[in-house]
Amino acid sequence: MADLEKFRAETRRWLSDNAPPSIKGTTLGLGEGNWGGRKATYPNPDMKAWLNVMAARGWTAPEWPAQYGGGGLSKAEAKVLRDEMAALKLPAPLVGFGLTMIGPTLLEYGTEDQKQEHLSKIIRGDIRWCQGYSEPGSGSDLASLQTRAVLQGDYYVINGQKIWTSYANYSDWMFMLVRTDPQAPKHEGITFILMDMASPGVETRPIKLISGSSPFCETFLTDVQVPAKNVVFKVNHGWTVAKALLNHERTMIASAFGSGTGRRQTIGDYARKYVDFEGERIADTTLRTRMTQYEMDALAFKLTSDRARDAAKAGLPPGSESSMFKIYGTELNQRRQELLGSIAGPQALGWEGSGFEEQELSQTRDWLRSRGNTIEGGTSEVQLNIIAKRVLGLPD
Amino acid sequence: MELVLSEDQELLAKTAIDFVRTRSPVSRMRALRDAQDPIGFSRTLWKEMAELGWVGILIPEAYGGANMGLADLVVVLEALGRTLAPEPFLSTILLGGQLLTQAGSEEQKQAWLPGIASGDKILTVAYQEARSRYDLNRVATKAEQQSGSWVLSGEKIQVLDGHTADALIVSARTAGGQNDQDGITLFLIPRDTPGLTVTRQQRIDDRAVALVSLDSVKVGAGSLLGPLGGGFEILSQVVDRATVGLCAEMLGGMSQIFDDTLNYLKTRQQFGALIGTFQALKHRAARLFMEIELARSSVMAAARAADAGDKDWESLISLAKARGSDTFLLAANEGVQMHGGIGMTDEHDAGFYLKRARVAEMTFGDAAWHRERWATLHKY
Repeated sequence: MADLEKFRAETRRWLSDNAPPSIKGTTLGLGEGNWGGRKATYPNPDMKAWLNVMAARGWTAPEWPAQYGGGGLSKAEAKVLRDEMAALKLPAPLVGFGLTMIGPTLLEYGTEDQKQEHLSKIIRGDIRWCQGYSEPGSGSDLASLQTRAVLQGDYYVINGQKIWTSYANYSDWMFMLVRTDPQAPKHEGITFILMDMASPGVETRPIKLISGSSPFCETFLTDVQVPAKNVVFKVNHGWTVAKALLNHERTMIASAFGSGTGRRQTIGDYARKYVDFEGERIADTTLRTRMTQYEMDALAFKLTSDRARDAAKAGLPPGSESSMFKIYGTELNQRRQELLGSIAGPQALGWEGSGFEEQELSQTRDWLRSRGNTIEGGTSEVQLNIIAKRVLGLPD
Repeated sequence: MELVLSEDQELLAKTAIDFVRTRSPVSRMRALRDAQDPIGFSRTLWKEMAELGWVGILIPEAYGGANMGLADLVVVLEALGRTLAPEPFLSTILLGGQLLTQAGSEEQKQAWLPGIASGDKILTVAYQEARSRYDLNRVATKAEQQSGSWVLSGEKIQVLDGHTADALIVSARTAGGQNDQDGITLFLIPRDTPGLTVTRQQRIDDRAVALVSLDSVKVGAGSLLGPLGGGFEILSQVVDRATVGLCAEMLGGMSQIFDDTLNYLKTRQQFGALIGTFQALKHRAARLFMEIELARSSVMAAARAADAGDKDWESLISLAKARGSDTFLLAANEGVQMHGGIGMTDEHDAGFYLKRARVAEMTFGDAAWHRERWATLHKY
């Protein structure tokens, strides 16, 4: 314990000495933040400096082993680091699917060569990753995917189409699922492979969503050559890796939603701007009840996330909570966005242009974007099936 | 606040669950009901629970207890809640014992707490009236001073274990108007005091409760528990802590009816298939699972916050009770529904959970009452 307090004091001093002043207090919303990669742009160059100084200590990936450039911190130390960064209002130096998805997956399933090649580039923010899972004909039924990979010498030749590839147009590498044995049962002919997006035959096209934003792309693959050494784990055993990675993905999505971190203001603050109060009470009792119910559910959800974190810290095996966090967190976010819109009333109806404040316009876009939260990363209905099967043991 | 059981608490939970399985199945509660048992719980089992140290968990060591916290007691209460065990933790420990511990004089503590901790004495609190709903300040029972004594008149309802309690702590108005918070005083009154009449009431959950009539009950100044006119504050704090205990019992109840329901989904066949293969039922079961997980986190947080005296403890207790009330009722309703025809029968246990869920919901404030309190605390 004394060691941890020493670590806390040192961390606080180091952060305070090394964080560029201009980035302090930078609050970042969902999808914002520094995603790194070859195509990264830095409107504030200090953000790049912040990334470099943190990456040099491995603190962009605090819990990864030091031999690959990670911080080598224990869970308790990593929490101290997070707490101290929060106290100094410092943004994460780097975000993205390298840190949250493919990195942890490579640590578990990658060869030594793959770890050596990719992990340090993720940690330094040199390479931005995207996820090639869904296909036009394979949404919730992911294992029905059809993108073909045929071995020719030392290379797989890949043909097919991926869809809902987050930020494919900004990414440098893709981890993807391909079909290597079309004769095998659908879960058994899939391989998990890593592909350089600069390879000839890769084309990306952004998809415009109801919110007007385009966080996803279609990715077209025509005779793309990928070295066979880029297969992760075993050929035709990609589904094992895919499931492990999906757990990392759901954990990431769950921690992004509903936990309340990085919230700029509470719904109570928002309400004070728009609705009538009688003394300290919201005059519209129905709205007041909705707000209360939402806030109480959000708190219960946060306590449940805390409980899972405390159990992990105590060395207990993880429960099957990750599916629950994805459903509940995303539904909470949708409720929150609807509620914020209800609070603002007609001011929540603007698309762009005059008569609406910036915050109102972005809240409306956030609400529209939130509808996708219960679809992407596995629909809520699929998550409920997973809970029923894996947690509750209900029969198929 | 660490939302994880300590090693000691894990052990306590295991002991309690083993005890409940072997010594206190639901059939025991059913037998007490069928026999119209005059006590309503088992004195033998209560004594055993005292010997196991559970009865004295909250009682200070000086009075024969273990001086542990709510976070420890809730582990036991959850296990007991699984099989609807009716032993008098609420009346004697969470209400009576806690009021004495918090507000009693040294003499009162010496007189009562060791007997409670050993499982020999039963104590209860008469705080509820026919028109008080959930508000502890709505007290019509009056206490008037007459030549050095106090004379109490009024009626209290659904007093837990009121007909077997050795003494009752009664809230009565000594000053102020009917809904004032000030002017409420607590009196510790032996059950055999002249003018005090106790009549057993029959409630849906078959827990032992009684109507208590006070007809010019005369007691001495030494019967006052806590300061004159300052009873509301003490009672509120104790009821808040007792609410955490009730929530733990409810958590046990909802967990057990959910387990029973899952088991039924895995064994009952219709249309040539196990009904647990039907997605309509799977999804409802999965949603119920999530709600129960959230209820568990809320109870753990409320217990720890109450033990630590955190500033948001009242708010966390309201969270636990609002969620506990809704979720226990949901789990019981879904339990009856998913069991189908057998679920409607008295022969099946599902109905017991539904009845207990409804009573627990309406004890110490229902979900709406606690959401209202939460909203007020958060200036909504």
